[in-house]
Amino acid sequence: MYDSGKIIPGLIIFVLFITIPIWYNRGGAGTEPPKPVLPKDAKTCVLPAAEIRAEHMKLLNVWRDEVLRDGQRAAVTVDGKEYPKSLMLNCMKCHTSKKQFCDTCHTYASVRPYCWDCHLAPVE
Amino acid sequence: MDTNRRNFLKVAGLSTLAGLGGTAVVDRLVTGAGMAQASTEAGHGAEHAAPAKAGANRYGMVIDIKKFYQDPSLGEKAIHACHQVHNVPNFQDKRDEIKWIWMTKFENAFPEKPNLYRDEATATNTLPILCNHCDNPPCVRACPTKATFRYEDGIIGMDYHRCIGCRFCMAACPYGSRSFNWRDPRPFIAHVNQDYPSRTRGVVEKCNFCVELVQAGKLPACVEAVSDSKALVFGNLNDPNSEIRKILKEAHTIQRNPSLGTLPSVFYIV
Amino acid sequence: MFEKALKGNNYYWMWLAFLGFFIAVAAVCYLRQYFYGLGLTGMTRDVSWGIYISQFTFLVGVAAGGVMLVLPYYIHNFKAFGKITILGEFLAIASLLMCMMFIMADLGQPLRGLNVLFYPTPHSMLFWDMCVLWGYLLLNALCGWVILTAERKQVHPPKWIYFFVYLSIPFAFSIHTVTAMLYCGLPGRHFWLSAIVAPRFLASAFAAGPALIVVMALILKRVANFDAGKQAIDKMVTIITYAAIANMFFVGLEFFVGFYSDIPGHKHTLQYLFFGLEHHGHVYNNLVPFMWGFVVLFLVGIALITHPRTRRENDLWLGLGCASIFLAFWLDKGIGFVLGGFVPTPTEEIVEYYPTFNEIFITIGVWAAGFFILTILYKIAIGVEHEIEA
Repeated sequence: MYDSGKIIPGLIIFVLFITIPIWYNRGGAGTEPPKPVLPKDAKTCVLPAAEIRAEHMKLLNVWRDEVLRDGQRAAVTVDGKEYPKSLMLNCMKCHTSKKQFCDTCHTYASVRPYCWDCHLAPVE
Repeated sequence: MDTNRRNFLKVAGLSTLAGLGGTAVVDRLVTGAGMAQASTEAGHGAEHAAPAKAGANRYGMVIDIKKFYQDPSLGEKAIHACHQVHNVPNFQDKRDEIKWIWMTKFENAFPEKPNLYRDEATATNTLPILCNHCDNPPCVRACPTKATFRYEDGIIGMDYHRCIGCRFCMAACPYGSRSFNWRDPRPFIAHVNQDYPSRTRGVVEKCNFCVELVQAGKLPACVEAVSDSKALVFGNLNDPNSEIRKILKEAHTIQRNPSLGTLPSVFYIV
Repeated sequence: MFEKALKGNNYYWMWLAFLGFFIAVAAVCYLRQYFYGLGLTGMTRDVSWGIYISQFTFLVGVAAGGVMLVLPYYIHNFKAFGKITILGEFLAIASLLMCMMFIMADLGQPLRGLNVLFYPTPHSMLFWDMCVLWGYLLLNALCGWVILTAERKQVHPPKWIYFFVYLSIPFAFSIHTVTAMLYCGLPGRHFWLSAIVAPRFLASAFAAGPALIVVMALILKRVANFDAGKQAIDKMVTIITYAAIANMFFVGLEFFVGFYSDIPGHKHTLQYLFFGLEHHGHVYNNLVPFMWGFVVLFLVGIALITHPRTRRENDLWLGLGCASIFLAFWLDKGIGFVLGGFVPTPTEEIVEYYPTFNEIFITIGVWAAGFFILTILYKIAIGVEHEIEA
């Protein structure tokens, strides 16, 4: 092989570089699943737990467009209970702590939703 | 322009587009623009506040200038209520300034109505100006993402999630009603209203006619704040029996620079 | 072909390093702006577009100017331009990339830029501007590359490319027309609300673009042993002369309409730009020097490029003449037109705009990036020319 003195170290550096996430987090983050604190006094949500866990971001986008763009501001009714279509005026009324609920999973999954750039988290 | 010609042009334009880009484009154009419903008869004065679509609301406001001249505290109350409820920041540096409703002189609100011999009250006092919620809004026409748009009830809304901050709407607005978040506004909100979001830096904002209250059947915050004086009256322009229409029938009102054809929904009793 | 850009003499690398320095400074300044917001610029709610958008507007013109080489060569078969149409096409590419960078620098939410594609809005002129700018960029990249490759292999370019070459001609006109429409369709901005804006933009573009190409060609003659040919230069100077005079004619018409009709709204911005505008006892005139600079540089430039002795006998004077024209129209369109349009405000107040250092460094950096790209593209084009000659 020509230039093996350059190619082999180069390859090693490349492999080390693209495996940063593996060796950087070795034994650290990424093993413990997050444990969000659930509200104590509320037992129901607009969707079953599994669905809301997977789909809440899509639901919030749908609500956002319905309320803000189409002016459809009427609350949704689930099992006889009314829920306003609102992050601040609905979700955060039960999940009163952004830190202990939202942030636990978002930090774990390394997502930074821009909701909070404008929307206000409840005062803790 | 008479109706036939207008309709012909619309149909011709749309069919050309249909030929070029398929029906999807047409659907977008018709549903998304809000312009089709917005175009009422061209002309001046209150007459063209006529319903574009039967049964639809069109919200408007009447501002009684004299009452604001007589009691300057009314203006402060209205501004305070608005800026408080909407988390409008208060910057010290004028270059960062954001305002939804503010007091200004007649000559600034109505620069197209100059007068060499102004009466003293008009020359010295101030009156409130805000977004006109035009029936034919140039800002909506200019926005490249439909981040600013017209609700079916005539309110011009802002979708802060979608705004890219190009500020085309600010150049397009002939009333200077729009402000931009030059920096993060959060630290400059004196008293945070936990029921309404703030804005992020890099988006345009303006008066939203309290759409979040109005569409829930309430009155805008500024109207509520001065309700005793009746200096601000809000209502449905398309309802001939509404209070606002009664006032418009009785008093001579003017709109800000109506010759531009923007059809403002805010009327002033001089 | 990119390998041609990797071989050069010391001056070549020093020039690139020089530009690279300004690009690096601008990158740091842009990061500051990105994390703080556009509040680091001098823009306000009253002057809501600053030098980013004015540079963008000017550079769209420079990009469109390249068509003044493509059109005579491909439509009128003016053979002398054969060697340098590539300079026009590559200049268009570099200018358009600068335009895009200026737009990105100006966006309050740059990460949401793609919303223009996700929510296409045909009633917004900005949507159409994006379409034609991208279209023109891709057309120039395609045509330039295919034709240069064919030239290198010393074969005729494939027939299909001519479709795109011809298509690029209306696109060149459309980019600057649509850019003019960003301004001239806005109610309540008297200075911009003028049907002459688009023709005026095109005229100044067809002067400024070719003027830059002449300057480039004269520099390349000295530093890269590349001779565009006397006939080509001479024809370009003729084009510049007429286009520059047309632009001044259109500016004059604006003056006539404003001052003869004597309608205050039509006069205010012109007064502000050229003489200073008095308002409540204060005279606002921060753009006056720039506008008179524009007039003087135009006169100097037009004298140099029309007088036979400076035009034909001395490259230095000719280059200075073209540079004056370029600079004059930069002052006109890249400074005065956009910034002046915001004075007075819709509520008849006057707010003056002063760019901040951060903003100026970003602007210089984008220009440097444009010239960096242009240098590399021209290096490739000339490398191919030399290869054929050898």
